[in-house]
Amino acid sequence: MTWVAIIGALAIWAVGWFINTRLANGPKSDARLVGLLVPIIFGLTLLLMWEWLVRMLEVNAVILPPPSAIGVRFVSELPRLWADFEQTIIKGAMTGYLFGAVAAFAVAILADRSDFLTRGILPVGGFMAALPIVGTAPIFVKWLGSGWESKAAVVGVMVFFPILVNTVAGLRDTTAMQRDLMRTYGAGYWPSLFKLRLPAAMPFIFNGLKIATTLALIGAIVAEFFGSPTVGMGFRISTSVGQLALDMVWAEIVVAAIAGSTLYGLMAWIEGRVTFWHPSQRK
Amino acid sequence: MKSVLPVLTIVAAILFVWVLAVIPMNMHLTADQAQRDGLVVSPETPAERQDHSGLGLSLRNPSLLGLTFVQERPRLPSPHQVAVEMWDTIVMKKITSKRSLVYHGWVTLSATLLGFAIGTGLGILLAVGIVYNRAMDMSVMPWAIASQTIPILALAPMIIVMLGAIGIQGLLPKAIISAYLSFFPVVVGMVKGLRSPDGMQLDLLRTYHASPAQGFWKLRLPASVPYLFASLKIGISASLVGAIVAELPTGARAGFGARMLVGDQYGQPLVTWAALFAAAITAAALVGLFSLLERLTLRRMGMVRA
Repeated sequence: MTWVAIIGALAIWAVGWFINTRLANGPKSDARLVGLLVPIIFGLTLLLMWEWLVRMLEVNAVILPPPSAIGVRFVSELPRLWADFEQTIIKGAMTGYLFGAVAAFAVAILADRSDFLTRGILPVGGFMAALPIVGTAPIFVKWLGSGWESKAAVVGVMVFFPILVNTVAGLRDTTAMQRDLMRTYGAGYWPSLFKLRLPAAMPFIFNGLKIATTLALIGAIVAEFFGSPTVGMGFRISTSVGQLALDMVWAEIVVAAIAGSTLYGLMAWIEGRVTFWHPSQRK
Repeated sequence: MKSVLPVLTIVAAILFVWVLAVIPMNMHLTADQAQRDGLVVSPETPAERQDHSGLGLSLRNPSLLGLTFVQERPRLPSPHQVAVEMWDTIVMKKITSKRSLVYHGWVTLSATLLGFAIGTGLGILLAVGIVYNRAMDMSVMPWAIASQTIPILALAPMIIVMLGAIGIQGLLPKAIISAYLSFFPVVVGMVKGLRSPDGMQLDLLRTYHASPAQGFWKLRLPASVPYLFASLKIGISASLVGAIVAELPTGARAGFGARMLVGDQYGQPLVTWAALFAAAITAAALVGLFSLLERLTLRRMGMVRA
């Protein structure tokens, strides 16, 4: 039985790999469709192997549920997943992200007027961005209660530093020639900020904003492990793990993955719109 | 060196704000405590005091300001309290003691380093595979990039339970989460690095009649080192965060995460804060160590620091 399971899994792998190798080394390998198809086939192959192995080896659902069970759970629990999504992502992560980003942006603009402050903020901010700030979650939960406000605060602090450092670095990214040109136009501080330095900083700012989307989700979910109302993705994950309802945990992770890549994609899309002039956006 | 003064200024400003914030944050606690000790507090009942903000209360009771800094269980400990607690638990306790932060630090650090080694090793191998195999590149690379937008950390509690159910406990589950977190940055960075030699350099090797293996060892691998170090610095701090978070929801007995949780649940904020700062120092030390290695290696290899 075990042998049948393993040979079957290897056969699935071989088929998927054969198709992908043919596609990737074939004449149309640069086509857009193939570029999309190959990773999808790879993902499907892994899912099929997972399903096959779990079913054939009769792995206990407490250890690893098959993908089909996760899918069923996802569909049947859609209302609850939506409520969790609203609580954690929209109220917790998005509010915190917005406040953190606006605060970082404001501080960066203020600090940018002084070279002294800039030189201080860049190393300190870079240092803070590398620290395990998620650890402040229990403190914020104690201060602000277990509602979404404490999650927003954790998220705000987590996203603040990467955005700050990137914005400050971006605002310095103009050449002396460009600044001189603005001066010959008679542009003062504000016009040159809005027309030269902010646009030039946009690729950096969006880099920070994109890093921060993942951080925001992590902060909001992990902070719920420390106390939350009876709704929310982190709450559901920790209680479902306790009840050994692992298919529910996986369903939440699917939601987190969709939310994470959607947010990142959204930021990348806005970036493409705003910084269409930048070399990295050229097709 | 010229940024030492600005950095110190910023740090001093942060400490100053922290110290100022201690007063209103702890004022209600302090007032309640002072009243129990027989001091005169205005307004007189705790219920009335709840109507005032921490700031308003501080202005009405200037005599209590000093006491806000020495509360035993403050809402916001002052910097010196955290420093004293850290001194006590790092230097004064025996390393084997359950209250020693060095002991807890080692528990977290060993999982971090083991996981980091696994994640980095596998990441480099996968990156080599991706660079030399087009099918692998097209299949795996989009997923590796997409996985960086996903809050992988949410998997932590489940991985621990899953591994626990098949009998694996202790160091390894935490190390696996650490490995997982450091894996993808290394893959993405190494792929970039191994592809960084330009056409001219590759052509030069071809004129030397170099074999693919020589091309890998003498050109691609050395060229990828600056990228590798950039990834390692991201990976090591991600590993540490992973190990700490892995300790949080699972009832771990030891480690920085466990200390934070203990301090939180038993109302000992100083324990939480000390663990938090110790974790921050550990992260800083690890990143600093890799920066140093980076500089030494690149100088030895004759590369300008990228």
